[in-house]
Amino acid sequence: MQTASTRDPVVVRWLLTAIALGFLALFLALPLVAVLAEAFAKGWDAYWRALSGEDALPAIWLTLLVAVIAVPLNIVFGLAASWAIAKFDFRGKSLLVSLIELPFSVSPVISGLIYVLMFGLQGWLGPWLAEHDLKVVFAVPGIVLATIFVTFPFVARELIPLMEEQGREEEEAALTLGANGWRTFWLVTLPNVRWGLLYGVLLCNARAMGEFGAVSVVSGHIRGLTNTMPLHVEILYNEYDFVGAFAVASLLAVLALVTLAAKTALEWWHRDELVATGH
Amino acid sequence: MIEVEDVSKHFGDFKALDRVSLRVNQGKLVALLGPSGSGKTTLLRILAGLEQPDAGRIKLGGIDATGLGTRDRRVGFVFQHYALFRHMSVAENVAFGLKVRKGADRPSKAVIAERVHTLLNLVQLEGLAGRYPSQLSGGQRQRVALARALAVEPRLLLLDEPFGALDAQVRKDLRRWLRNLHDEMGLTGVFVTHDQEEALEVADEVVVMNKGRIEQIGTPAEIYDSPATPFVYRFLGNVNAVPCSVTGGAAQVGGLHIGGGAVDGGGTAFVRPHDVEILELSPDLPQATIRQVIVLGPVVRVEVVLPDGTVLDSEVTREHKDKLKLRRGLEVSIFLRKARVFVGG
Amino acid sequence: MTSVPLSLLRRTRVASSVIPGFGLTLGFTLTYLSLIVLLPLAALLLKAASASLDQWLAVLGDPRVLSALWLSFGGALAAAVINAVFGLLVAWVLVRYPFPGRKVVDAFVDLPFALPTAVAGIALTALYAPNGWLGRLLEPLGVKVAFTPLGVVVAMVFIGLPFVVRTVEPVLQDVDLELEEAAASLGADRLQTFFRVILPAVAPSLLTGFSLALARAVGEYGSVIFIAGNMPGVSEIAPLLIVTKLEQYDYVGATVIATIMLAISFTLLLVVNLLQKWRRARMGG
Repeated sequence: MQTASTRDPVVVRWLLTAIALGFLALFLALPLVAVLAEAFAKGWDAYWRALSGEDALPAIWLTLLVAVIAVPLNIVFGLAASWAIAKFDFRGKSLLVSLIELPFSVSPVISGLIYVLMFGLQGWLGPWLAEHDLKVVFAVPGIVLATIFVTFPFVARELIPLMEEQGREEEEAALTLGANGWRTFWLVTLPNVRWGLLYGVLLCNARAMGEFGAVSVVSGHIRGLTNTMPLHVEILYNEYDFVGAFAVASLLAVLALVTLAAKTALEWWHRDELVATGH
Repeated sequence: MIEVEDVSKHFGDFKALDRVSLRVNQGKLVALLGPSGSGKTTLLRILAGLEQPDAGRIKLGGIDATGLGTRDRRVGFVFQHYALFRHMSVAENVAFGLKVRKGADRPSKAVIAERVHTLLNLVQLEGLAGRYPSQLSGGQRQRVALARALAVEPRLLLLDEPFGALDAQVRKDLRRWLRNLHDEMGLTGVFVTHDQEEALEVADEVVVMNKGRIEQIGTPAEIYDSPATPFVYRFLGNVNAVPCSVTGGAAQVGGLHIGGGAVDGGGTAFVRPHDVEILELSPDLPQATIRQVIVLGPVVRVEVVLPDGTVLDSEVTREHKDKLKLRRGLEVSIFLRKARVFVGG
Repeated sequence: MTSVPLSLLRRTRVASSVIPGFGLTLGFTLTYLSLIVLLPLAALLLKAASASLDQWLAVLGDPRVLSALWLSFGGALAAAVINAVFGLLVAWVLVRYPFPGRKVVDAFVDLPFALPTAVAGIALTALYAPNGWLGRLLEPLGVKVAFTPLGVVVAMVFIGLPFVVRTVEPVLQDVDLELEEAAASLGADRLQTFFRVILPAVAPSLLTGFSLALARAVGEYGSVIFIAGNMPGVSEIAPLLIVTKLEQYDYVGATVIATIMLAISFTLLLVVNLLQKWRRARMGG
């Protein structure tokens, strides 16, 4: 591949490689190791006790619940948006794509704030919600909404370029062969984007389960009720229960590693069926 | 039978089809021939129902099909890049159109399998039923696309640049094969091409299109031998197009009488190179000087210059060249066997 | 002859596509987008617009607010610069120098995308706290990371690194080796080749990665608040101040800070986009 004139001296290669790996070790690997080390600092028993603590389980449960609601909604949205954007042409398409990506450039805290302003007691809909005894902010619906917001673009941004690249001919072929819209979607389009979809879902799910800032603002931190795992980590940490905090954190770290592994596996085996964009 | 009546289609400001009318008889294979942007693919897609015309009507088998959706037209469409379902095997691709049928229309699994088998035999891909499109060559993909389109027993087969993406040799083989297949099955077919050789070799009838209009419809021989418009002359085969003047019903190119013109005025004369005959210098015939002699395999292209500077291409045989010892600078006489004048063109 | 731009043909052909479901999918997309993203963001802007000038000035004149904004943007800028340098280095090593385990390391670079920010936050704090693995080493040198603005930058570096690596890597992969060979044949040494041939080629992607890392770090909350120590006026970031204002039911204050943050962020992204556009127009590619 590389020829004599484009190959760097061995010393340079070693030096640069060492610096790069050292930087990655310092900033990425070490924190991960620290999580596990702190979690097991007082042995297995303490670890296990922390995880089976009375507030830990509801936090795990709520985290799963939020992901189970938010991720499918964003999948449906991602499929609908990419179908509309990739299979048709209309004015304002690029604006729409930019708007879909918008949540990525909004601070998580602001993502939470906007729902407080909408649904909070002093918010636009607050009085009406109070009248009807509905609670959004400082309750599960608010957490779900904030999570949907921060994970909003994940599936769509994966599918839009993928479907655009695949064009419309296969759908047209299916139609000439007598398939209707739904069957075309289920039998032709969906199988063609399945790996890209899975890729987007993995990232969406990781963020949904791990979101902290946005959820923190709308949660109200009611233990056992509106605490997700990341919020529980914070509470334990602030109470100087380090083993507890790191034990819960270790679960999230494992989730991150599993996500990374699955994502990498997809990239290795189905690279040509993905529009791999990283984040 | 297909009838296209006064069909127009715009894309924004661009007029893709301008009041096009056409009739294709049962069992014929028709080529839509034209340069890119001539509207041929748009017409094909309108026939398939993949596009709706802005105006005009489409009749299939005598019944108005203009508003009919693609699904209900029962046409087989072979896409330029085949549009095979990439996640389905060859057999699944071919079976698709039968599998998506509903209720009583849907054949049993055994019938579908049988039909797929028959079709794969027909397109000579028996052994590749389990392969995926990405594992096939271009020619094989093309044949899968054809089998898939035929599986739904279409009353009309439409092919968009069916050989466009193939290399030269495969293209030649497939052309012949398609022609034979069509003769055997007796299906009505329309295909789009920008390759004149392809159109002339494969089709029963050629529709030459340009800028959204039909220039000429005819058999390959008619189209080649008597082009109706300057465009058809230029588009099919090599031609000398030289300015000429018509006076008193006689057309002249550089002192060379080349036939009659209906109306007086300036015009363009079209002469095929093989109709420019090169003879030994003779006082009775117009003179010319040879400027260039190029041997192209069995034929020899000779460029001659008329006294007024007009340049004509001629095609002669090798024997002819050797007999007359044609070479640069030689003075010769020329004779035009056949020419056509378009006034104003 | 007939030089109809093909792009025009294709574009407009889709407009009358026979593929069904346009109304349904676009309708759902717009509705969902409006409900989840646009309306709530509009609520923020409306709230900001309803604040009086005095309220705005009160927030803007608060030194605590200014220093928090300064820290968020300044820290993010510092972190983005560090990431641009080291991200480019990491991408270079990953693309150019094969070493055992390269693929695993390559995959591992995405860790900050996958690791919940709160986890990163407490892990970094544990490392850099005075009694932590790294803090213990740095303390004798007089370097304090945790609970100082430096800690904020460290967390922002962590969160932003993959943006640079992931945008630069594919471009670096595509840099034609022939270009480098041409440079070498013309007498350039490796360093000259790097700065005059390779760097200009990856510069646009580097700028993109830089701006993505910057945007992310500006708004970052979870990984920063643990390590920052959150001393008002010193190591308190703007997003935390929003949370604090909210906890004090100062909705107007929170809204004004949020609006300023959004305005600055979008202006930054806009400038970067324009810069890229201008560059593309000039380079014709």
